[in-house]
Amino acid sequence: MSHDWPLWEVFIRARGGLSHKHVGSVHAPDSDLAVRHARDVYTRRMEGVSLWVVKSTDISASDPDDSGPLFAPAEDKVYRHPTFYDIPDVLKHI
Amino acid sequence: MPSLPTIQPGDVAEADRASHAGAFDAPAVEAHRDAIVEYCIRLGDDSLILGQRLCEWCGHAPVLEVELSLANLGLDLIGQATFLLDLAGELEGRGRDGDAIAFHRDVLAFRNCLMVEQPNGDFAQTIARQFLFSTYQLALFEALTRSVEPRLAEIAAKAVKEVRYHAELAAQWVVRLGDGTDESRERMIDGLDWFWRFVDELFQMDPIEQALADRGIAVDKAALRGGFDATIAKVLDEATISLPVYPRAVVGGRKGHHSEHLGHLLAVMQYLPRTYPDASW
Repeated sequence: MSHDWPLWEVFIRARGGLSHKHVGSVHAPDSDLAVRHARDVYTRRMEGVSLWVVKSTDISASDPDDSGPLFAPAEDKVYRHPTFYDIPDVLKHI
Repeated sequence: MPSLPTIQPGDVAEADRASHAGAFDAPAVEAHRDAIVEYCIRLGDDSLILGQRLCEWCGHAPVLEVELSLANLGLDLIGQATFLLDLAGELEGRGRDGDAIAFHRDVLAFRNCLMVEQPNGDFAQTIARQFLFSTYQLALFEALTRSVEPRLAEIAAKAVKEVRYHAELAAQWVVRLGDGTDESRERMIDGLDWFWRFVDELFQMDPIEQALADRGIAVDKAALRGGFDATIAKVLDEATISLPVYPRAVVGGRKGHHSEHLGHLLAVMQYLPRTYPDASW
């Protein structure tokens, strides 16, 4: 049965103010049921306040063989990190 | 089947007071407090037995997602049963809690409707039962939030959110199976046909509930039927299947006249706490 159902990637917003984060995937016949399945599989312990599902085949991914040209150029650019600022304690999610 | 409990002198006196003829009928419940206890047990037994039935899908559902989905519904229902049977035990004042009422009671003392004790059948049959029962239970709990008995109203207010989800999920599955493949459609129709005979009992009122409803404590279930029928018709229309036609309704659960299936369910459910009464986990 599951062979007939497409795969959906599940994203959860843990709290207001945070972004949706990828948590896993579910099988479902359509997007409405994918949301319900995601709710039943991934939010049983109050993990979130909002859900997104995206058909896995609709996601375009980078090619692992291209990881050199894509990511290596950033390796020696430490000045891009904002490590030279003091961050107030009250800001939690930076 | 668990063995029958020892008959106590109090039970004999209660049986003697019963005014009506049927030997297996429950003794007439007269006192007001007893009526509320009875009402809580009816509501609690519905949730308990259906919760137990749904949990039977654990390890057997077609896919992991459906398994968790059905188990979640079952756990919601068992949670409702805990609240309702605990309240029944407290009002009853005989030192029983919800667990004692759930696990140390024999089949004739159960007051659930016949629908919830029926076997799961296939997935479509389980969905048919869930769709019919949750649609009814949603209307019931929505009305019960306005009960003048505050604790019943609180339990209903918590449960109504859970049951709204159950009703929506089941309705979505009815549409998908009914308007799905030839096989899913046939199974969905068979499932609804099987369960339709148990629908009338859901809305049946008796003097106990009518007296409580007149005082604003219980819900007048007969008044919910119109809304129920409209919701069922709307969903079945979307599922492109027609309303089942079943000539004769089956009733009796509220009086303890159960089908053979309930005893088998209780044997599994009650085995552990009856064999090891002090077990805890």
